[in-house]
Amino acid sequence: METLLLSRIQFAANISFHILFPTITIALGWVLLFFKVRFQTTGDQKWMDAYGFWVKIFALSFALGVVSGITMSFQFGTNWPGFMEIVGNIAGPLLAYEIMTAFFLEAVFLGIMLFGFSRVPGWLHTGATFLVAFGTTMSAFWIIVLNSWMHTPQGFEMRDGVAHATDWMEIIFNPSMPYRFFHMLIASFLTVSFLIAGISAFRWLIGGRTSGVRAAMKTSVYAAALLIPVQILVGDLHGLNTLEHQPAKVAAMEGNWETDTNVPLLLFAIPDEEARENRMEVGIPNLASIILTHKADGEVPGLNDFVTEDGEVLHPRVAPVFWSFRVMIGTGVLMLLMSWSVSIMMLRKRTVDGVRKRAGVEGIPKFALYGLVAMSFSGWLATLAGWYTTEIGRQPWLVQGVMTTEMAVADVPAAMVLSTLIGYLAIYAVLLVAYISVIFFLAKRASDGKSIEARVPQSQKAEAIVAAE
Amino acid sequence: MGMFGDPAVWLPFVFAALMGLSILIYVVLDGFDLGVGLLFPLATPDEKDRMIASIGPFWDANETWLVLAVGLLLVAFPIAHGTILTALYLPVAIMLTGLILRGVAFEFRVKAPTSHKERWNWAFFAGSAMTSVSQGFMLGMYIMGLQFTWATIAFALLTSVFLTVGYSFIGATWLIGKTEDKLQRKSVEWAKGGIWGIILGIGAISLASPLTSARIWDKWLSWPEVFVLSPLPIISVLLIAGLWYGLRRLPAEGDKGAWLPFSGTIALFVLAFGGLAYSFYPYVVPEKMTIYEAASAPESLFIILIGTCFVLPAILLYTALAYIVFRGKATELRYD
Ligand code: HDD
Ligand code: HEM
Ligand code: HEM
Repeated sequence: METLLLSRIQFAANISFHILFPTITIALGWVLLFFKVRFQTTGDQKWMDAYGFWVKIFALSFALGVVSGITMSFQFGTNWPGFMEIVGNIAGPLLAYEIMTAFFLEAVFLGIMLFGFSRVPGWLHTGATFLVAFGTTMSAFWIIVLNSWMHTPQGFEMRDGVAHATDWMEIIFNPSMPYRFFHMLIASFLTVSFLIAGISAFRWLIGGRTSGVRAAMKTSVYAAALLIPVQILVGDLHGLNTLEHQPAKVAAMEGNWETDTNVPLLLFAIPDEEARENRMEVGIPNLASIILTHKADGEVPGLNDFVTEDGEVLHPRVAPVFWSFRVMIGTGVLMLLMSWSVSIMMLRKRTVDGVRKRAGVEGIPKFALYGLVAMSFSGWLATLAGWYTTEIGRQPWLVQGVMTTEMAVADVPAAMVLSTLIGYLAIYAVLLVAYISVIFFLAKRASDGKSIEARVPQSQKAEAIVAAE
Repeated sequence: MGMFGDPAVWLPFVFAALMGLSILIYVVLDGFDLGVGLLFPLATPDEKDRMIASIGPFWDANETWLVLAVGLLLVAFPIAHGTILTALYLPVAIMLTGLILRGVAFEFRVKAPTSHKERWNWAFFAGSAMTSVSQGFMLGMYIMGLQFTWATIAFALLTSVFLTVGYSFIGATWLIGKTEDKLQRKSVEWAKGGIWGIILGIGAISLASPLTSARIWDKWLSWPEVFVLSPLPIISVLLIAGLWYGLRRLPAEGDKGAWLPFSGTIALFVLAFGGLAYSFYPYVVPEKMTIYEAASAPESLFIILIGTCFVLPAILLYTALAYIVFRGKATELRYD
């Protein structure tokens, strides 16, 4: 394989791994702040229990996010030097602002948030929690500004083949930024909601029926139920924005080859790039036209418009875009069904010992609890699928209409890229397994009522604790 | 902008200075926590926990200076960034792998099942070692002008050993300040054992850089520079002598002077770094590309500079806050 393809696979592997952890930390920071403030205002210990458990998952996710992020920032230089040479005048300041306004904020206050509870006054600890949550959101903001600018660039001019900024407001508030930013933020909250709900269901099932688990479960399921319709709405608006700015991507998402009216929404198809048609189509008549133009006979762009006279293809590969889009939508629909039905189960009133009250967590039947456990990481699936749609859908462009991916790639030997790629994949696989199993391990320990820290093998302290247990 | 002269001249200089500053802060701060990782195999399980506790609240922010340094290279000198990092492709990958291993080990070693703890301790050491060795190697290659020959690789292998020992040394001096009793006495021994790395490292780089580059030779050894610059090596020698002597009297009654070795080592790092910066200025890629040739467009640099003027003091302030909150001897790290 040549360097370009290997570098792309390596970049995709690295960023896919990285995004998993910010997706959790962005929203979990705010959820922790919520738990902390609830504890501060009600004095109810259950909120502190929830905080105490989830802050550990936060610390773990944060560490993984940081180390994979550092890997990301070196990739630009090692694998994609052309990117900064051509658009560095725009990407540079955005990345610099991310480092200065976000990374230091989160990294410094994280220490106080994690280990400072008994060392600093309560308000400073809550303040540190706020600043960490704020910092992760700022990170997401700046990087999404950059990424969105790569999809819908404006506010610059080309001089001698190098982009120069002309209007920073136009660059920051580029057309796709608001949609992408809010869609990503809500994605993060949904991911965290399903993670908390899934792990709480797991703890409930193995017998850890504490009030802390109850509080976490209710918070997360209701949050998911409220957010998923908003996410679908924002996603729809995002799609309309893409139709305006990147029609080739929408054509690939819909699997639509010829520009036409009354286009069906395809539920299943096998796009055939050679024959330039779909096999085994199953679709709902007119629905794609209705979604994209709000008219049954609206016109939807087709892929064949993006092939030049001499046969050069200027649209992305169809199958990956088509399928990853469907995975995201499918997961979203599943999230809607799940969060609403579990919410209804919890909100139902029943009579227990002559008192009529809401069923609460007790009202969730066993099979639904198993369902929640199964969906613990569904947010990751939808988020990754969404990013694959977005990013593969932009190919062959790296910055839409400005530079192609090929123009950015480094001139390093393919064998070298292959060796680092294999190395990263091996580490990522191990870390992913370790991460997921540690979350379940911590959940199990918490359900057994054991403390999590202070376990040093062979030390006197550990012996003492084991003896006490 | 005109008021300050030509922005195409002073902006690259300011950014080179900022980048140098963040590399220096990185080498000192992450230097000590990498050093603590390097000393890990020499400690007992209880001591390991105490050592982790001494760096736990800081390591993440310390590493962020590396992100800032690379970020500044990336945004201010994009062409040089590509040239340097593609030339150092493999050592960078090894460093990143090391940073990943040690960063996650912090968390996993206390959260994974107890039976896995030894494995994560090992990952913490291995990660610290990979990071230090590859950084030392990159430093050596950089001094050799990023030319790969047997001789330059041999030199870079030497610097990688010296930097690793140097990091262990600053790590040990940090522990002298942060710990007490048995571990403190052990740290003093570690520091005594590591001081030769500092001497050889600084010596080797001071000899090799003028010998490989006539330009650097001239910058140091022509008149009157040789006179003006002579305090630099003299102070360094005095500092090393002071460290040598001071370590023999530690730990002292009432914990007096426990922070002196660490402070002295910082001063030494600053001097060595100053010497390097003087040698290489105005080059960002040695002998090939100056900071003026590699700089981004002035408009973009100016936008970043405005932000920096506001944000950098804030960063320094709240970093200081963290060091104040977690001052004193390291105690057990707990989430409550
Ligand atoms: C929990 C995560 C999640 C869920 C449930 C959904 N999405 Fe999404 N989607 C994302 C997470 C995400 C994302 C990861 O955040 C993406 C990738 C880039 C972006 O801006 O958001 C994305 C991208 C993305 C795009 C591509 C935008 C582009 O052209 O760049 C569209 C059109 C939609 N989404 C639309 C939807 C619709 C109609 C959904 C209704 C079910 C939906 N998404 C559910
Ligand atoms: C917001 C910051 C992001 C930036 C600056 C960015 C930048 C890039 C760059 C430089 C490429 C070209 C290299 C290549 O083709 O592989 C690319 C492609 C890609 N990116 Fe992103 N990306 C971002 C976010 C993401 C996220 C969060 C994901 C997924 C989780 C992602 C997934 C991909 C994938 C899968 C490709 C490969 C496309 C292909 O090979 O056809 N990106 N992106
Ligand atoms: C090419 C793309 C990217 C690069 C170069 C990058 C770089 C980094 C770096 C260097 C860090 C570590 C910061 C520290 O030292 O504290 C980091 C963390 C982070 N990144 Fe990224 N990142 C990229 C994509 C993304 C995307 C797409 C998002 C989210 C939408 C994101 C959100 C975050 C967040 C929230 C953190 C801090 C919290 C955590 O570690 O989980 N990044 N990133």
